[in-house]
Amino acid sequence: MNPERPPNGVLLEVHNISLAFGGVKAIEDVSFDIRDGEIRAIIGPNGAGKSSMLNVINGFYHPQQGSITYKGETRSQMKPHHAASRGIARTFQNIALFKGMSTLDNIMTGRNTLMKKNVIWQALYYGPARNEELKHREFAEHIIDFLEIQAIRKTPVGRLPYGMQKRVELGRALAAEPDLLLLDEPMAGMNVEEKEDMCRFVLDVNEEFATTIALIEHDMGVVMDISDRVVVLDYGKKIADGTPDEVRGNQGVIDAYLGVSHE
Amino acid sequence: MFYREAGQFKTSYIADQSILPIAQDRVFVFGFMAVAFLGVPWFIDSYWANAIFVPFLAYALAAIGLNLLTGYCGQVSLGTGGFMAVGAFATFKLITLFPDLNLIIVILLSGAITAAVGVLFGIPSLRIKGFYLAVATLAAQFFLVWLFNKVGWFFNYSPTGQITMPSVEMFGVLVTGPSASPAARYLFCLGFVVLFALAAKNIVRGRVGRSWMAIRDMDIAAELIGIRPLAAKLSAFAVSSFYIGMAGALYFGVWLGSAEPIEAFGVEQSFLVLFMIIIGGLGSILGSVLGAAFMTLMPIFLKNFMVDGLAVEVVTAKHVEITLMGVLIVFFLIVEPHGLARMWQILKEKLRLWPFPY
Amino acid sequence: MGGEVIFFLEIVISGVMAGVMYALVALGFVLIFKASGIFNFAQGVMCLFAALALYDFMAPGGWVDRWFGFTFPVWMAIVLTIGVMVVVAWLIERLVLQHLVKQEPIILFMATLGLAYVLEGVGDILFGSDVKPLDIGIPQGASDWALDNYGIYVEKLELVAAITGAVLVTILGIFFHRTRIGRALRAVADDHQAALSVGISLRTIWVIVWSVSGIVALVAGIMWGSKSGVQFSLSLIALKALPVLILGGFTSVPGAIVGGLIIGVGEKLAEVYLGPFVGGAIENWFAYMLALVFLLFRPQGLFGERIIERV
Repeated sequence: MNPERPPNGVLLEVHNISLAFGGVKAIEDVSFDIRDGEIRAIIGPNGAGKSSMLNVINGFYHPQQGSITYKGETRSQMKPHHAASRGIARTFQNIALFKGMSTLDNIMTGRNTLMKKNVIWQALYYGPARNEELKHREFAEHIIDFLEIQAIRKTPVGRLPYGMQKRVELGRALAAEPDLLLLDEPMAGMNVEEKEDMCRFVLDVNEEFATTIALIEHDMGVVMDISDRVVVLDYGKKIADGTPDEVRGNQGVIDAYLGVSHE
Repeated sequence: MFYREAGQFKTSYIADQSILPIAQDRVFVFGFMAVAFLGVPWFIDSYWANAIFVPFLAYALAAIGLNLLTGYCGQVSLGTGGFMAVGAFATFKLITLFPDLNLIIVILLSGAITAAVGVLFGIPSLRIKGFYLAVATLAAQFFLVWLFNKVGWFFNYSPTGQITMPSVEMFGVLVTGPSASPAARYLFCLGFVVLFALAAKNIVRGRVGRSWMAIRDMDIAAELIGIRPLAAKLSAFAVSSFYIGMAGALYFGVWLGSAEPIEAFGVEQSFLVLFMIIIGGLGSILGSVLGAAFMTLMPIFLKNFMVDGLAVEVVTAKHVEITLMGVLIVFFLIVEPHGLARMWQILKEKLRLWPFPY
Repeated sequence: MGGEVIFFLEIVISGVMAGVMYALVALGFVLIFKASGIFNFAQGVMCLFAALALYDFMAPGGWVDRWFGFTFPVWMAIVLTIGVMVVVAWLIERLVLQHLVKQEPIILFMATLGLAYVLEGVGDILFGSDVKPLDIGIPQGASDWALDNYGIYVEKLELVAAITGAVLVTILGIFFHRTRIGRALRAVADDHQAALSVGISLRTIWVIVWSVSGIVALVAGIMWGSKSGVQFSLSLIALKALPVLILGGFTSVPGAIVGGLIIGVGEKLAEVYLGPFVGGAIENWFAYMLALVFLLFRPQGLFGERIIERV
């Protein structure tokens, strides 16, 4: 699907990342890699630095130390829109949809980086701008079908229930045709059925679109079921990395979750 | 009963994306346009043109411009009066420097010049947000008006500091100056407003409009999905100022005929246009036009009602008018903060169900 | 001291004094913004309205004089005007704010613009729009002490304004940080919903805060009114206070003071040393440009906290 796919199978690698806000250390010297085509879970207790890690990967936070290698290109930091145009898309822990816009418009916004016609063509509308719009509309409709949200196409997203908003947000991220999809707690606050739906979408995205996925999730059942490999963070440090089975048996992980006093 | 879209199916994305997807709406709008272009010119006299139609059209264009920036991109601006002044003075300079240039080109160029100035004053928006930005745009307002008042080159060193629009012909008909016919001036402005309202609608339903709205609704998320705040905000300032500049050109060239910067383009103008888009509806092109109509008509209505109807003294009437303006604004905000555009929408919803309540 | 230096000092001092006057107006903005997140554009008109009411209580030919045949002494008039401002605050809460609780900031801002129109219109209808000299016994003219000892010209009225401003800020500081109501105010400022849920009455708080800024408006109105008479242009000092606000931050009381001083001094210096080169009358926009340039380097204002953005 993508000619830029690295030969060694590693899509993204973070090396020795450290991030601090003033005196607070959010991430300390963390390294791991994400292989092409896998589902990689990042887990850990609250405040472990998981969301900060995603923010570093797509350029929103700039780490004080370390570097990121993405598609064979190494850099210490990058701009968010650059990350987006290189194929990194994400969803957010607290839904960050554009509340005043419809579902369709939100998804179309995800394709903004792929659209090129300038404002004067847009003002004229008929001609190139319309053709471009239609081409991308078709793709957006493909995603709407995939996520089964046809009925709410024209509804302002502010009016949708929580679970639907999460789904639209996933749609917006998919619209960018990402190579790497970052999902920040895609199933938080959902009931069992909604979680099952979402799991199915995540697996389908991984299979049908061949998208590499990195996800943060608290539901261990879900993580163990769908992810290929898991990295565990605690207090900003990496404490384990491996297949779900390996991680499950790791003493450090058990301590972090069940609580052992930190001296 | 007669306003139903049942049975109208969209079979292509083109049809689904049209501005007026419902057939009845299309009939209504085309009928309305026919009246505006073919009916009104027959009976328009100079009172109707000067007091109502021409100022309404100039303000409508300004309101559309400001709504693109404030309603769609979320950047509050109080510099509208200053930007209108740029458009007006650009028109004046261009038409006096190049008397043979076509007036339409002059106005478009004035818009372009205003757009450049707008981008310049829009640069702070990259670092400051919300009311800080609103206050910062006042810098543009005061600085520009001062500039046009002080630097003689802008008003061709006329001793009064006023600028006066020469008489200009379009297609052999005078459209500016004291001897232009009301119908010609009206049609000239109407043409501009209709064309550019359509262009604005096209912009906001496409990629650029979506990137503006994304910045408005959640700027961080917008940045993270690949929208550059720099490009989005500055393009909003540019397009908005382009509209406001053309509005200033019409306001000065076609309506006032002569203008003095402090009086004609003061900060009150900025507030007036802001009122128009708030009362009309933020983030709505139709709302901008409705708001402009409302704010143009209301003072005339109040004045006629009080001075002619109740025989109130003119000075007192002025004070009462100010008070009532304030009351009406507050009342409107309380009753329908989304403006006339939303009321129009609700009315249409009701009409769809009529004669049944649900 | 040489003439140049004295001239410079005089400019700086008059700038400081003007700055205090600006700060007084800015303070009213800050109070309301802090407690309710409302950018109250009517603050300038509130100054005008308060000064008009005060004048009317004392002046021959005012409403009181016409109806009852006497006028109030200064201190009574001030107390009564404070009463008027409290009633105005209560009415504003009752008729406007209460109905706009969960609206967007811009809607509330526009509502205060509407309020400004109402107050201006009502003020004109009640009290007339002619210029009124306000004299409540603040000494005028040059301070002899400063002139005799240092040879510097200092306006007494401005000196009084500066002292009043300092006292007012101290009182407000104590009010905000040492009293129960002050704590509640700060709680409301942080989060309306959360404040409500711990049993703070939003409506009471709003009435209080609008009353307090009405009183601040009165003080500012007295000072400006004594200086240049009570007239419509008084309401335009709101526009003067805005650059002070963006410089000092919308929520910072010390910011309003320091910002006021910077703007006051900067403006006066620019007027004298820069004005002649560009044709004068730059005071309308210089303060804005100063604030704007400043903001480009420090977007959160002088005393604002750096915001960590998160998603």
